[in-house]
Amino acid sequence: MTDVRVAGVGMTPFGRHTERTGRDLFAEATARAFTDAGVERGAVEEVFFGNFMGEFAETQGHQGPLAAEVAGVQAPATRLDSACASSGAAVRYGVERIRAGADVVLVGGAERMNNLSTAGTTEALAAAADALWEIRAGLTFPGAYALMANRYFERFGGDREDLAHISVKNHANAVENDLAQYQRTLTVEEVLNATSISSPFGLYDCSPISDGASAAVLVSESFVTAHDLDAPVRITGTGQGSDTFALQDRESMVRTPAAERAGEAAFAEAGIGPGDVDVAEVHDCFTVAEVLALEALGFYNPGEAIGAANRGETTIDGRLPVNLSGGLKAKGHPVGATGCAQISELTKLLRGDHVNSDAVPDAEVGVTHNAGGTVASCVVHVLEVDR
Amino acid sequence: MTRDAGFDDFLDAVEAGDPYYLVDDDGGAHLPPMPHDPVTGEAGLTERPVPEPGEILTHTTTQIAAPQFEDDTPYVTAVASFGPVNITGQLRDIPPENAEIGQAVTLGVDRSETRDERVLVFYPV
Repeated sequence: MTDVRVAGVGMTPFGRHTERTGRDLFAEATARAFTDAGVERGAVEEVFFGNFMGEFAETQGHQGPLAAEVAGVQAPATRLDSACASSGAAVRYGVERIRAGADVVLVGGAERMNNLSTAGTTEALAAAADALWEIRAGLTFPGAYALMANRYFERFGGDREDLAHISVKNHANAVENDLAQYQRTLTVEEVLNATSISSPFGLYDCSPISDGASAAVLVSESFVTAHDLDAPVRITGTGQGSDTFALQDRESMVRTPAAERAGEAAFAEAGIGPGDVDVAEVHDCFTVAEVLALEALGFYNPGEAIGAANRGETTIDGRLPVNLSGGLKAKGHPVGATGCAQISELTKLLRGDHVNSDAVPDAEVGVTHNAGGTVASCVVHVLEVDR
Repeated sequence: MTRDAGFDDFLDAVEAGDPYYLVDDDGGAHLPPMPHDPVTGEAGLTERPVPEPGEILTHTTTQIAAPQFEDDTPYVTAVASFGPVNITGQLRDIPPENAEIGQAVTLGVDRSETRDERVLVFYPV
């Protein structure tokens, strides 16, 4: 099986870009990615593009060919919707396409959210939940993860302060990241005293409403050799899992089997285990989501990741730094762009050109975890760098 | 509001005092609408009465809602266990701060404040 190389990555700054369209944002991200890659647009053989709420926010469906057009690429193009895991899925499809024989594939995603009201965005995001059993009961996405958090507290213990340390950690990681939506620190007290959104979550337990785009140019080993590219990061494992759509139908509301399956598959392909991972970017759409991700990927046993940030194990100087980009929490979460943004940030962390690379100078293996819905979908990738 | 086949039939059944779930040949329990066993694809699911009361497994009080529930805030959404099935609904007749995991509840149907639409609800026993 051929290795897949990340030739180049690009992102817009994530944040509040109310008047910028999704197509404008993706054009910028892809321009950055092509410049980073040193690959001509004409070499691209296929495009996979993640977007979730284009119909809500921009009355724009059928975005695959639109994404290719604004990227300046003439190639078959497909939009993937896997909720917040949409561009993680796009990356996975790109990896599989390279393995199937293509030499160059463009992947990425974009989302415009801030042109909607908060209530409108809440409605759009809720569309990732079960329209009958969850939305008609008034369940929002913060509400869905809040149900998981309260069940977790009941089952394993932990409290809001443990979750607050995750938010504090990820905000601290984002301070020097110019691509992050929030480059400012938070204190535990600020998190605990923030406006309640859906108990136990306050405002700072939740990732923000964000606009942004991300892109990556994936290439085959033979293309790297033929064109003498500098592309030291390889995607050595990809995995995807699904679960029951509605949270109520899960055997457990404190486990995420889709992520467990995705992680196991990605680790198996890469020939590694959780203990080999040096750095991770995981889907912290809400603070408890980081806890569930770390347990699903096998970094912790069930019930043991709740205090990881508080204990300093996942902080920038911890044994496994998590979300050095700032995560969804501080970097931002334009949902369709998030999965590929994780690839972008982790690629730079491993290459050594990320603002936080100095925290992991010897890192060789990184993992991304990108979840959709209440982890009814999950995509995991393993990235390794030539040293 | 246009009816959602299966789900609105379930709400009708709750209002009639006869809520039901569906069971497959292997004893797996499912909520409607479910045309077949989601694991095997086998058809022929049979109806069984939902055992009551149920028990709240988890809950949250929502302050920021989607437009269809904007005027209902704050409200409590919970997942409750009713024997072999878990059901999501809003908790009624109790202050949000008094919602508790383990609370015994029965099923009901109420109307939303915002749009006067039917909502599956739980009443404390």
